[in-house]
Amino acid sequence: MPSLSRLFGRRRRYDDIGISIQEHIEERVDELEAEGLPRREAEQRARREFGNVALIKERSREVWQWSALESILADARLALRRLRRSPGFAFTVLLTLAIGIGTNTAVFSVIENILLKPLPYPDSGRLVALWLDAPGAGGLANFSSGLQLSASMYLTFSDHNRSFQSLGIWAPGTANITGVAEPEQVQGIGVSSGVLETLGIPPALGRWFNQADQDPHGQKSLILSYGYWQRRMGGNRNIIGRSIQVDSQTRTIVGVMPRGFRIVDHDFDLLVPLALDRSHQILAGFGYNGIGRLKPGVTLGQADADIAHLVPVWMNSWSNGPGTNPHYYEVWRIAPHFRWLKQQVIGNIGNVLWVVMATVGVVMLIACINVANLLLVRAESRQQELAIRSALGAGRARIARELLVESLLLGLLGGALAVGAACGALRLLVAIGPADLPRLSEVSLDAASLGFTLLLSVFSGLFFGAIPALKYARAHSSALNPGASRTASTGRARLRSRNILVVAQVALALVLMVSALLMIRTFAALRRVEPGFADATHVESMSITIPGRLEPDVHTVAQMQRQIADNLAAIPGVTSVGFAADVPMDGDDPDWDTIAVEGKPYDGGEGPLRLFNFVSPGYFNTMGTRLVAGRDFTWDDLSNVSPMVIVSESFARDNWGSASAAIGKRVKKYSSSPWQQVIGVVEDVHVHGVDETAPPILYWPAAFYDRFWSSPALDGLRTVTFVVHSNRAGADEFLSQMQRAVWQVNPNLPLASVRTMQDLYSQSMERTSFTLVMLAIAGAMALALGVIGIYGVIAYSVSQRTREIGIRLALGAQKRELKWMFVHSALVLTAAGVLLGAGAAVALTQWMKALLFGISPLDPLTYLLVPLVLAGAAALASYLPARRAAGVDPVEALRAE
Amino acid sequence: MNRSSDRRDLFPGALEIMILQSLRLRPMHGYALVKHIRQVSDDLLEVEEGSLYPALQRMLREGWLESEAGTSAKGRPTRIYRVTEAGVRHLESEVMSFERMFAGIARVLAVAKA
Repeated sequence: MPSLSRLFGRRRRYDDIGISIQEHIEERVDELEAEGLPRREAEQRARREFGNVALIKERSREVWQWSALESILADARLALRRLRRSPGFAFTVLLTLAIGIGTNTAVFSVIENILLKPLPYPDSGRLVALWLDAPGAGGLANFSSGLQLSASMYLTFSDHNRSFQSLGIWAPGTANITGVAEPEQVQGIGVSSGVLETLGIPPALGRWFNQADQDPHGQKSLILSYGYWQRRMGGNRNIIGRSIQVDSQTRTIVGVMPRGFRIVDHDFDLLVPLALDRSHQILAGFGYNGIGRLKPGVTLGQADADIAHLVPVWMNSWSNGPGTNPHYYEVWRIAPHFRWLKQQVIGNIGNVLWVVMATVGVVMLIACINVANLLLVRAESRQQELAIRSALGAGRARIARELLVESLLLGLLGGALAVGAACGALRLLVAIGPADLPRLSEVSLDAASLGFTLLLSVFSGLFFGAIPALKYARAHSSALNPGASRTASTGRARLRSRNILVVAQVALALVLMVSALLMIRTFAALRRVEPGFADATHVESMSITIPGRLEPDVHTVAQMQRQIADNLAAIPGVTSVGFAADVPMDGDDPDWDTIAVEGKPYDGGEGPLRLFNFVSPGYFNTMGTRLVAGRDFTWDDLSNVSPMVIVSESFARDNWGSASAAIGKRVKKYSSSPWQQVIGVVEDVHVHGVDETAPPILYWPAAFYDRFWSSPALDGLRTVTFVVHSNRAGADEFLSQMQRAVWQVNPNLPLASVRTMQDLYSQSMERTSFTLVMLAIAGAMALALGVIGIYGVIAYSVSQRTREIGIRLALGAQKRELKWMFVHSALVLTAAGVLLGAGAAVALTQWMKALLFGISPLDPLTYLLVPLVLAGAAALASYLPARRAAGVDPVEALRAE
Repeated sequence: MNRSSDRRDLFPGALEIMILQSLRLRPMHGYALVKHIRQVSDDLLEVEEGSLYPALQRMLREGWLESEAGTSAKGRPTRIYRVTEAGVRHLESEVMSFERMFAGIARVLAVAKA
């Protein structure tokens, strides 16, 4: 190991060696001269006898070095100097690498943070999402994720289970806060006891909910999120114990959760205790998210088996009210289907991310190939130098090392720049990333990402460096022959490895372009789907909640809603107004319940589950949802609470054969409920997004009788989404007019989720458009790099073969033939690449199946179009240098040598 | 630089011993060292420059030699190598182990002849 003093003394040592050797040779020369040789001859002989001076000096110096590392450093310094001398080359390579490695790092960070890292809760490997399976529940087939828990299930499971350390249920919702500033609708989450204990994150301030908070008759409390605390309370630490009005109920703040804390994948402003009243619970109400923390060592299968035993206990313990059969749910065949919480959070986004990662990986490969090509050209121009050095005694390994050190240096410099590029790319990704990308807030450039960058830099450096290193380390001394570059055949042999690279590049570009085109065709197919509403840019939507504390009487609530609708309709430029429990594609289903069609027998007496919505008159008109048969509701229908229903076209077709046949037919919810007459049929609506089939839907009037009350009484919706059709939708002034229209009815009503239907529509396609944009960018980059690659190879071969071209021209070759010769060779390379790439694409695009819509991964049009585009690009890229070849003046070409 | 193929390689450590022994007689510069060894061995041994200079640096590093600026017979600047205390100790222990080895080899060869 070199000590400091030795490092300082080294320069002197090196000088000593030089002086010693110099004198050694001089003395030998003197001696030989004394023996009678002429001075010149004596010098030559002395040097020959001594051997390779440079090598011996180097060996002697190495004694003082931390040898391998230091000489590599020296190589690196040399490489750096050489790069400075060719800034164009350095710039191109470094830019290519910075972009290539940078995007890879960015996407890797996303994958690492979203897919690989555990959830941000202590010992999160034991957290489980409690979902149930109910294969017998008919309409539940529409739920991709299964059946959620009811409150009574939670109580039974939490009382009797043996597998969970803790478990709880939670449900997100909105809450109106009044008295702090302007009335504001915030995101609230109702949590049972067990939820915070399961997640295990202590509060930043105050405490979790305790048993007294969860007592339905006890104190009313709440916990704030860090964000809300900062935003509305100014981060005041004396906030604990203070009260605020939530949905017109006074609640005491008992805690503040730390920054970044989320309930599974939900951000919130405040948590309220569910405070379940055991005496009021029924079997139904499967609307709660369940989470649990397994006891150490318990597997998912054991937990499933444990809870499966409790399903009968649950049915024995509760009922749906007098006269109902508690064992009705046996038909549903309810069974636990628990899954790891992380899997629940990530969902199927992993699919998209891996495709994106593979895509940028392929772009990186293409970029590396381009760099390798550049390095090959560079090494070629240095061939004479390398050959001379090899003749002077530089070993093959020594030269290979030098070339590798150079490319490694390029890789590392590129990697350093890539970190900057990755920061930018991550910001871009977060900006354009789909809103449903889970855990996006957790994404950052961390140590693992930087490690990945380093690895990628080194590997790419070795990869694109290995090709020239392997090829030129054994530079033949024949290269010393100044005539070597004159023969056409040498050029051809040298071209071979560049040709292989171009074929690889075309193949990779084809894979990317096929993927991109498949996504474009998917997007087009999605756009062609009729969503079931029209003129979405001109339909504004907003949701309004009238809490029971603010207005207990449902009749008044219904009047207020109609009043708001009337006020909205009076705004200048508004053509129609309506409201519904939920609008399509907002991510919520208003209700699912059983429905029985008159004259049809059903197992267990109840019909299958169907999606419900509750609508006001004018809602369909405003949304542009076509009425296929019959008529819309009227306000009289609502105020009379007429037993009427409107059904979707598919429901009508499934049950009565056609839309018109449905009018006048009757359906009912439960055996005990009254029959309801079908008065209208509307077109199918893709409520879950255009890529999902449109489910059969029943539209009830927005005012109806509650099903569980023994004597029918009016019930209605407290949260509705208003839709307003106007050419002025989206304008700021229009929004404030809408706000005034609402506040004329009650100034304590906040407007929430204000957006146009177009926003919702685009949002539902976000995942597709995100994948599309990423693949399109990658495909375009691949095409550009591929074209540059082909251009480079042909242009180089033209320049190498100028003399040959001159001879051909002199012998009478036609210019057209000459041009064709070069274009033809480019097309041959392209064809080889296309064949290889098509094979790879067929295999790889199978992974994309889940992302495609309306087309097969083997879409013939795509597989026809992409090779044509590539061939066209290749022809163009080779035509330019070919034209130059044809323009060669034979006299000039021959004289140039 | 294989100038004579019939001359076999020295075994490891032999070069060091010869250098130390030669320099122990008097400090010398590189070329003088080569000439000295050749003359003393009656041309039987030839030190190759390719091994000599790295070996000198190795021995300097080990502290067996030291070098100082000097002039050659012709008045040109060169470096004179000199054995240190440690060098002498190393030489003596090496010579001893060599002698034991030679004795061993000689005995084995004698038995083989008989």
